[in-house]
Amino acid sequence: MQSIKKILVGIAFSPNLKPNIFEAIRLANMFGAQLVGVHVGEKTSKKEKQLIQLISEAPDLHSPIKTVWKKGKPVDIILSTSLEENIDLLILGAIQQENIYKYYVGSVARELTRKASCSVLLLIKPSIDRVKCNHIVVNGLKDKKTNETIKASFLISRALACKRITIVEEISQKEIEVKVSDDYSLRKATIEKEKLKRREDSRVHKILETINTEGISVKIQSIFGKRGYSIGHYAKVKRADLLVMNAPTKTTILDRIFPHDIEYILSELPTDVLIVK
Amino acid sequence: MNKKSSRDIFVSDLPRNIFSGFVVSLVALPLGLGLALASGAPPISGIIAAIVGGVICAILGGSNVTITGPGNGLVVVILSAITILGEGNMYEGYLYTLAAIIISGALMFFLGVLRLGSLSNFFPSSAIQGMLAAIGIGILAKQIHVMLGNLGASGSILELLYFIPEDVLIFIKTADKSVFYAGSVGIISLLIMIFYSKIRNKYFQLVPAPMWIVLVSVGMYYYFEIFSTETYPIADEFMINLPDKIFSKFPQPNFTKLFTYEFISAVIAITLIASIESLLSIKAVDKLDPDKRRSNINKDIRSLGIATVISGFLGGLNVVTVIARSSVNVNNRGSNRSANFFHALFLIAFIVLFANELRHIPLSALAAILVYTGYKLASPENIKKTFQVGSEQLIIFLITLFVTVVTNLISGILIGILTTFIIHIVINKNISLFIRNLLKPNVLMFEEDEKYFVSIENFSSFLNYSKLKSKLDQIPETEDVIIDFSRCDFVDHTVMENINSYSESFRRKGGHFEIIGLDGYKSGSNHPFALRKFVIGKPKDKTITLTKRQKSLHKISEGLHWNYTSEYKKEIKELPNFGYFKTRQITKVSNILSNEECTLFDLEFSEGELIAKQNVKVTMMYLELKNNIPQFTLDKEGIFEYIIHFAGFKDIDIDNHPDFSKRFYLSGKNEEKIREFFSDELILFFESNKYYHIESNENGLLIFGNERLAGVKEIKALADFGLRLKQNIS
Repeated sequence: MQSIKKILVGIAFSPNLKPNIFEAIRLANMFGAQLVGVHVGEKTSKKEKQLIQLISEAPDLHSPIKTVWKKGKPVDIILSTSLEENIDLLILGAIQQENIYKYYVGSVARELTRKASCSVLLLIKPSIDRVKCNHIVVNGLKDKKTNETIKASFLISRALACKRITIVEEISQKEIEVKVSDDYSLRKATIEKEKLKRREDSRVHKILETINTEGISVKIQSIFGKRGYSIGHYAKVKRADLLVMNAPTKTTILDRIFPHDIEYILSELPTDVLIVK
Repeated sequence: MNKKSSRDIFVSDLPRNIFSGFVVSLVALPLGLGLALASGAPPISGIIAAIVGGVICAILGGSNVTITGPGNGLVVVILSAITILGEGNMYEGYLYTLAAIIISGALMFFLGVLRLGSLSNFFPSSAIQGMLAAIGIGILAKQIHVMLGNLGASGSILELLYFIPEDVLIFIKTADKSVFYAGSVGIISLLIMIFYSKIRNKYFQLVPAPMWIVLVSVGMYYYFEIFSTETYPIADEFMINLPDKIFSKFPQPNFTKLFTYEFISAVIAITLIASIESLLSIKAVDKLDPDKRRSNINKDIRSLGIATVISGFLGGLNVVTVIARSSVNVNNRGSNRSANFFHALFLIAFIVLFANELRHIPLSALAAILVYTGYKLASPENIKKTFQVGSEQLIIFLITLFVTVVTNLISGILIGILTTFIIHIVINKNISLFIRNLLKPNVLMFEEDEKYFVSIENFSSFLNYSKLKSKLDQIPETEDVIIDFSRCDFVDHTVMENINSYSESFRRKGGHFEIIGLDGYKSGSNHPFALRKFVIGKPKDKTITLTKRQKSLHKISEGLHWNYTSEYKKEIKELPNFGYFKTRQITKVSNILSNEECTLFDLEFSEGELIAKQNVKVTMMYLELKNNIPQFTLDKEGIFEYIIHFAGFKDIDIDNHPDFSKRFYLSGKNEEKIREFFSDELILFFESNKYYHIESNENGLLIFGNERLAGVKEIKALADFGLRLKQNIS
């Protein structure tokens, strides 16, 4: 994800439409990208009017919105449109659990997240007024996609004028070979953890050398815990505004039964999440 | 510590370990005989278990000051195994049970290999308490009859309890001299057990109570033998029966019932109780260890498993870690595993040298020791303690106790677990909280600013305690830890109890362990181990009790001569005037520490609207100033999130202090006045202290560190910082 030129937003005529559109327009302007709105369903003059009305209330778009009206299965249409239009970023809204402040990704959005060939931004709280993004948490795990993901997070933070990035290295508990059982093994395990931390830190530092970090305060935090889950928990504890993650390598039916990595995040969004492809 | 010096320490510690081993063996001898008898096995089997356990666990074990041998928890299980498997023939049953013991030893070994030593963490503590009490009642119900000279009593626990008054009458009215004397010895022995700890005589206390009983009863025999003209009044059937060739002829375990239902359930029950008893003991003994060492639980379980297998083949009972004998060991300054080894050696010596004398111990004397042990397990004090934690714990305790008494141990503990779970659901009026989040890795731990921060989500109960435990075990006890439960809706008694024991061991080893985020949660009682549940809105006053953190805050306030209230009625008027609160709605102010000019408080505020609404809890300090100062915010460079409301104002650099300007982000409306205000001394003060977010609204200062609740230590630091800053300004 070197740059974002085209952003796709789904248009569903729900109560959330207004904040969704406003958020999308703001993002498009910040990235200097073109916005493509897709509505799956019939094109009626009433819907069209409502949309035009909404856009007129929103801040001015730098480049005009393109609207696509198509009938069919939502997932298929959005996927095919994103391919046709060469979309760089797909914006999706999350659903809130009843009565509690927990958000999850609905089934359509979930499928899109898994199948989309472009990056996906999952918004838990689209709003009409701008809420500033102050803190981005990005994963720094050992993966060939990580380099790209960290670069993307800097791109975004520049576009959103966010000045703080935390790179979280999730180190699997299994990597520590010493099991803690008494004082002696605890000492050994602590030393080994320190070593692992240093190793991971230097790996991330290498990535950072190739990125211009000026003006952004960067922190590296290592966490020993379950991949995909602990970073979400961390983002919640630190009250980050955006979590940037690698796209999953491959998900099978088993991953949904035994959730791992990204699936944890999808079942309970800690904050806005960007999945970089 | 190099090898030589540790060997030197070992050698120089030998005398005290030998002595300690000797004292422990004085307790272990009568207890071993008694526990075996109570289990329905030949008395020597208990001694064999103690000897094998002492030798094997001293060599292979993973703990330091524990003593191993036959355990009282197992008495009931083994007795029922022997009765059921023997189908009436106690000796046959004993041989079958030996096979079950061997298998359970192998299972224990594998539990240790698979690092499942923490099995007992999956059980709610009140259910375990209830089960132990039931075991106590089981022992007491049977042995009280033997103590009174009635060897024939049998039946279920309830029947045995029911017959106690009748038995007392029989004992009083009996014409049988044998029964009368046996019963009298029993009652005297029980009195020795009860009053032993109350007699403060140095010489009397040299010999442990069970050994006094042995000495008195054997002494009585020799009195009749040597001095009295009368013959010894207690018949042979009331005396302990030891084989003539103790170490040459071993019984043959009988494996023929291997795949029967009775056999398998006996194995499961034995393994379950053996591992629970051992783990509870190891945990408890670690707290007694004066050298504050941490036991290797899994290694210990493995060695117990091996010892049990060997013991079983030699005709001995299960080997478990035992708390009472271990604490005798600690009290007699035993310092390493060699004490366990010497205790075994002394037992061998006793059996070889004094076998004849030991044959003169009446059964009723040993039964008295067990009656006392059983009473200790089921004492009303335990019930009282459980009730203090909360009435719901008492329900769990009593249900487990009752089911265990009327059915068996396994059903008892299963029902106990189920009851606990149902009670948790009822308390929360929510089942999905548990079901949805059961398998989620709900614990996050990371290191920050040389501190460990542990955050727990959703719920924390016996169901997922092992996840929390595995994280906590990785923290050296000399470090600073903050446990944050504020994302947790429910914390149960098992977790609270265990967390408190962590906090204790951190304190012992010089670390600092603090629990935050539970203030204002609803709890069943004011016991520190009571479960706590998150409530929306303001709960009724009665259901809220102060947490440990709140109590410490209270103490701090007394130290500083400040006022403290946990709940604040009035709002702090000045707060909304701060820019920070322009976009944040204050919902609750609590835990206020204050004097005339300074206020430290926990604040709850919400950000955003409707679905985006988020509740945040932060500890802050407010300083009232007498003189006016310019409006400004000061932050660590790079953390911009607090200063949105000053957007448009640039970072003000102070001349001649490039370092300060680089590290801090200072902004405000009136640049000139701010520059004037930031004198050299003030800048030096900020540079040499910890970073806080500081905001001035002309006549007051708002200071806070992280955007979360602070631990007691952090609050002290914050208060200190604020007070010194104030001195600097005025």
